[in-house]
Amino acid sequence: MDQVRYEAPETLDAAIALLSDDTTASTIFAGGTDVMVQLHSDLIEPEVIVNVKNIPDLIGIEEIGGVYTIGAATPVAELQEHKEFCEAWPGVIEGAELIGSVQVKGRSTIVGNLCNASPAADSVPPSIAAGATVNIVGPNGKRKVAVEDIVTGPRQTSLKKGEIIVSTTFPARPPHSGDAYLRLTPRTEMDIAIVGAAVNLTLDDLGICTTARVSLGAVAPKFLLVEECANALIGTRVDKNALYALGKAASDAADPISDKRGTRDYRVKTIAVMTLRAAERAVKRAREN
Amino acid sequence: MAKAHVTTTVNGDEYEFLCEPQQSLVNVLRDELRLSGTKEGCSTGDCGACSVMMDDRLVCSCLVLAVETEGKHIETIEGMGTAENLHPLQRRFLEINGLQCGICTPGILVAAKALLKKNPNPTETEIRFWLAGNLCRCTGYDKIIRSVQAAAEDLRKDKSNGNHS
Repeated sequence: MDQVRYEAPETLDAAIALLSDDTTASTIFAGGTDVMVQLHSDLIEPEVIVNVKNIPDLIGIEEIGGVYTIGAATPVAELQEHKEFCEAWPGVIEGAELIGSVQVKGRSTIVGNLCNASPAADSVPPSIAAGATVNIVGPNGKRKVAVEDIVTGPRQTSLKKGEIIVSTTFPARPPHSGDAYLRLTPRTEMDIAIVGAAVNLTLDDLGICTTARVSLGAVAPKFLLVEECANALIGTRVDKNALYALGKAASDAADPISDKRGTRDYRVKTIAVMTLRAAERAVKRAREN
Repeated sequence: MAKAHVTTTVNGDEYEFLCEPQQSLVNVLRDELRLSGTKEGCSTGDCGACSVMMDDRLVCSCLVLAVETEGKHIETIEGMGTAENLHPLQRRFLEINGLQCGICTPGILVAAKALLKKNPNPTETEIRFWLAGNLCRCTGYDKIIRSVQAAAEDLRKDKSNGNHS
């Protein structure tokens, strides 16, 4: 590697100017937990490294009327320490907590987990199920995009040259809402999901499910937001029959690969179980609040 | 490309160094600042041997750019105790044989200290999960866990005796 330049702009405009220069290969550097590895194994060879952690817009957790906006460079450890956010979105935290060790979570971010674009990223399905959106700024101005529209395939995103995700917004929660994320791994810690399932739902005062979003990870080239899964829950009390239909819809939607962590058949079968259990956990939480 | 000039605080002392933009913190700690207590294992954030504290946050120093530590406060194993006055964690690791080859030990000590600051009375499960990012290929972990438990007890006793070292 030769001639790398380091920049740490303090404004979004300065960062965008650096990143949108067509003549220079650049990389955004926030938590660094993926970028450092890619940099030192020559998977990426940027001419300029843009550390975005000095830009105030990208740091911190803000809550207004139940709507949470998380700065894109905020480490997962800070999310874990934010009691109110953890109570509002336990499923999102369940996913974020699986991003590596304590050391890694001291640096890594949920936006980095998203933009690294691994189909097995653990914080992404619960963010999609939550209905979260990312706030993007680029050379052509601002746009808001649903989390499910960012990853387009393994290691590929819909972000354009010069664009930065500034923050992620989680919507306000109606009463009787709950979410959960469960994954299957070869070991309990420090491994990658064989399959992952996130369920977010809201019940009415009678305990009938009124809205649901179900997102699956590691069972397709990109994260899935499965309408058939949501439909299996909506209008029900999330009873055994609904859960069975939910699991079947998850298996039907899955189109996974076989690799060292599991075969295609294994993933298709286990995604049903994980989705069903995530729904059980989400509905339990919804009944409690 | 000129090297970057960085000023940072390590174990309470201010250091100035020159580094390449892509150089990792562990690299600078060991090769430029000659603080070789921090070990480099995997260089990919998996093994935890290079664990240090940065602004009171436990991190892998292989995943930190040296140049981004400008103005930060770093704590390494060198700041933990002296040969004459070992930290309770260091003393218990020696007594209980919480180490064999020793390469993982500085990282584990730094990580365990961070845990006990946050949670003075962790359960075995909590210790195991907290240290999941610190790999040891010698001990089988049991003696590490027991060393941390014993040191936690020492520190709690010290505290109740009004000794806040």
